[in-house]
Amino acid sequence: MTEEPTQEAVRVEGITKSFGAVKALRGVNMRLKRGEVLGLVGDNGAGKSTLIKILTGYVQPDTGLIFINGQEVRLRSVTYARSLGIETVYQDLALANDLSVYHNMFLNRELLRPSLPLLNNQEMRRLAADHLEKMDINIPSVDVEISKLSGGQRQAIAIARAVYSNAKILLLDEPLAAMGAREGALILDLIRNLKEMGEVSIIMISHNYLQVLEVCDRVNLLQHGTITLDKSVTPSLLEELNEAVMREYRVNKVG
Amino acid sequence: MVKKALPGTTDQQEIEPSGAPPRTRSFWATLGRIFLRQREASVIIVAIVLIIYFQLSNDNFLTLQNIPVLSQYTAATAIIAAGEVMLLICGEIDLSVGEVYAFAPYIMYFAYQAGIPLVASIILALLVSAVVGLINGAITVWLKVPSLITTLGTLFLIEGITLIISGATQVPTPEEPVIKTIMGNSAYSEILWAIFIVIVMQIVLSWTRWGIHTIAIGSNPDGASEVGININKVKIGNFILTALFAGLSGILDSFYVTTINPPAAISDIMLTAIAGAVIGGTVLQGGSGTIVGAFLGTLVLSILNNGFTLLGANAYVYDAILGLAILIAMILNVRLQLLRKAGQE
Repeated sequence: MTEEPTQEAVRVEGITKSFGAVKALRGVNMRLKRGEVLGLVGDNGAGKSTLIKILTGYVQPDTGLIFINGQEVRLRSVTYARSLGIETVYQDLALANDLSVYHNMFLNRELLRPSLPLLNNQEMRRLAADHLEKMDINIPSVDVEISKLSGGQRQAIAIARAVYSNAKILLLDEPLAAMGAREGALILDLIRNLKEMGEVSIIMISHNYLQVLEVCDRVNLLQHGTITLDKSVTPSLLEELNEAVMREYRVNKVG
Repeated sequence: MVKKALPGTTDQQEIEPSGAPPRTRSFWATLGRIFLRQREASVIIVAIVLIIYFQLSNDNFLTLQNIPVLSQYTAATAIIAAGEVMLLICGEIDLSVGEVYAFAPYIMYFAYQAGIPLVASIILALLVSAVVGLINGAITVWLKVPSLITTLGTLFLIEGITLIISGATQVPTPEEPVIKTIMGNSAYSEILWAIFIVIVMQIVLSWTRWGIHTIAIGSNPDGASEVGININKVKIGNFILTALFAGLSGILDSFYVTTINPPAAISDIMLTAIAGAVIGGTVLQGGSGTIVGAFLGTLVLSILNNGFTLLGANAYVYDAILGLAILIAMILNVRLQLLRKAGQE
């Protein structure tokens, strides 16, 4: 691939989406710079998951434009979005608990032996171990079943798998949900590592501002289907976010 | 400060140390590892204990007359269990196998009576069995009927059809020496079929994409779908496989006894196959199980069945004894597995 002139990995303009009478998104404008970690925050029902499903190619927007690396695209399917390097790590992680780490890393992309339709386990094991080591992810062995790993380790494996499948744009859906502080720190470290490597641009969806402020370069606040705040991370941002949320809360209460 | 490290960031205690670099294992070492890691080891112990018990109680148990009987009973059930395990692993079940087992030999018989060569008749019967599997799969996957219900329906449907076409009468199997010898009418032909199928299916389960996808589907259906695995294709495929094996098992058994019998009396082969799979370590919730384990599980049940018959257990209390024995075998199996786990750590 030749270097694109744009520095934007993702840009969306005027995205709207309604489900029946419910207007989930009312004109979202958002951009993700290359190598950036963008935090997408907002309460439940603000439209975060709809926006992510649109970027994943799972849901089609009613109106609006999507640009990937400066090219306008129509993300008509998950497969197509994936072919553009957009990978999503869902909350359920899409890992098979009864399979080993390396089988999960290669799930539905299994390597076969040259002459037989049999799995090339040695090669998958080696590549998975190499890749996890490169990403500084510590697990007892790539042979263990996913069910034997902690929540943080599972999340790390899911992220590693997405990166390994050549993700250029990584969408992380609540990567620290239901995780203890230590486990969460493990994932935040991993996201920092990815940022340093600079090969992927990341959108991290979360409702926890503190965690987002830990690793993100910039934060977008989604409220009632629009981005109401778009700021780089600064020491005062937490206060601004809280104010924005309280303001909306009061408006709604009065209205 | 915003960009401060969390207190736990550098604390690595919770993270287990990375293990030794992955060893390169040979095919046989992997085979050995899978074998020992699963429940098979404890099922083998249960089987050995039972063999010793029945041999001590009755001299006729390990004899050249009885071993073929035992192996044939094991084989017919194990062939069905080999398919059933694939279905159970991907989160489905097939209750209609006992009826397909009875149905397929009649298809073969009527095709042969109509002048079709025996080999072609057998293939036709297997194809018809596969179609039953396809129907089971299609109703379950596309029409979203739980497989427990779908196959309960086809169980009665196939039983009814078999009774209608057969007039509920027994018929003899075709007399073609070479084919009938290969297809079950010799002391060890059925068990050889069963061993062949078990080996092939265990390889399919452990070393092919189909097997890995079957496990992934049972383990996390949404996740499997998210990574792009075609769940419907794999499930329907396993329904077809299961019905195909049920049909084959029925044909082999009919040549063995030289008669084809109407369904009602023999449908407990389905329950035995499922019980064997479960005893062999297959989890009814899906995601886990092995073909070898199911084979050993059916072997344990066959030993119980055959052993009690030899001991002349009263027919009325026989089922009760068998039921109790299944429970005891299961409890022993679970206990032994826990012991083995404790020993590893």
